[in-house]
Amino acid sequence: MERASGSALVSAPALEARGVSRDFGGRPVLRGVDLSLAAGETVVLLGPNGAGKSTLLRILALLLSPRDGTILIQGRDARAARPPALRHIGYLGHESACYPDLTARENLEFYAELFGVDDASRIDELLEWTGLAEAAGRPLRTCSRGMVQRVGLARALLHRPSVLLLDEPFTGLDPAASEALDERLRAVRAEGCAVLAAVHDVPRAAALATRVLVLHAGRIVWTSPAVVPDAAGLAEIYRARAGGRG
Amino acid sequence: MRATLAIVRKDLRIEWRTRETATTLAVLGVLLVTVLAFAHDPDPEAAPLFVPAVLWSAMVFTGLLGVERGFLLEREQDCLAGLRGAPIDPTALYAAKLVVNVLLLGATHAVVVPLTGLFLHVDLFPVLAPLALVLLLGTVGFAAVATLFAFVTVRLRSRQVMLPLLVLPLLIPLLIAAVKATEAVLGAGLAGARDALGVLVSFDVIFVTAGALLFPAIVRD
Repeated sequence: MERASGSALVSAPALEARGVSRDFGGRPVLRGVDLSLAAGETVVLLGPNGAGKSTLLRILALLLSPRDGTILIQGRDARAARPPALRHIGYLGHESACYPDLTARENLEFYAELFGVDDASRIDELLEWTGLAEAAGRPLRTCSRGMVQRVGLARALLHRPSVLLLDEPFTGLDPAASEALDERLRAVRAEGCAVLAAVHDVPRAAALATRVLVLHAGRIVWTSPAVVPDAAGLAEIYRARAGGRG
Repeated sequence: MRATLAIVRKDLRIEWRTRETATTLAVLGVLLVTVLAFAHDPDPEAAPLFVPAVLWSAMVFTGLLGVERGFLLEREQDCLAGLRGAPIDPTALYAAKLVVNVLLLGATHAVVVPLTGLFLHVDLFPVLAPLALVLLLGTVGFAAVATLFAFVTVRLRSRQVMLPLLVLPLLIPLLIAAVKATEAVLGAGLAGARDALGVLVSFDVIFVTAGALLFPAIVRD
């Protein structure tokens, strides 16, 4: 799968955040967050509720403006050139951003038009890949949470982004659906996409990540070494750094 | 243009499938016309004087409800994040919502206008073309203002109070001109409505332009 094209700098990280801060009503939510994401890696963001994970992901997806800081996509200032930067980003938040009264296919066709994806076979490919080909004609309102989540993932991948941002993508999924999502994320990474996912489940984070970041009170308080610790080791570190429950 | 058309098609497809907004607006429009017409129950000579009041009262109430629902659609499943995360000019979203609102309010007029004529015993057929022009100009101006503010208020818990509070003061010149133009059209035809039509056209140009310019700034965060 080729990634979003452009005259990107070859050596630049897929995504980089420098000194990102954000307040809500005077309360600091992010305090100078720095992070870098290389092509083909899966970085998992761990942190307790209120740590600032969702805010950080929304800022990186260019859906929120930071108070301070810079977002670079493929080495270029993303906020200065928003539409081209958005072509590199796939974002799946807590909700699917898909219309419940449209079918899976209609949702994907709609977003394909917005992203200028003219290749009609891309939608078939994604419906097949997410195992939704047979249910593609059903309005999403009649589909399970797992199916809607998969349509959301297909939507986020539709334009072949080079950066995939996921906010607690496993929430509400049963074990089988979670396993299937796991497999799909590994496939996305294998194709060279950089993945940043906020995850609550420490064992899943240990299994999925090539790198783990712990975010606490708006700051990155721990970055894993090149080899991510196993689930028990990671849970211990997480408890120590963020007071989280492994 | 491509994004605008895609959003318009998507909204109309959802509306065709659910018929939620059109049904609500039509029912509200019928109720308002019925109450207003029968509350006054004017004699045949005075009846034409009530037509503008009935038509534009129905327009304001149905319009506020319809415009708000257009953005509520985008709140479910956080679809607004999907739109804002797409590489499109935010003006395309404003233009699309404006077009959809004008179409839905146009469909409401198609129910409200004949009923108004029927209940007030006024033959509107001979003045249908000029009346349609006045309704179109008034609806575009109304939708231009209401679409902009509906986006601001849709995220508020008190949106049903805030939207009329913000929109109605701005709409006063439009409503006065619309009522005057409708009155003139029912009396002397388009020629008598020239001044009021001028106000409506100016209002439309100013507020469609202002909406297109301001919308990207308010959609950013």
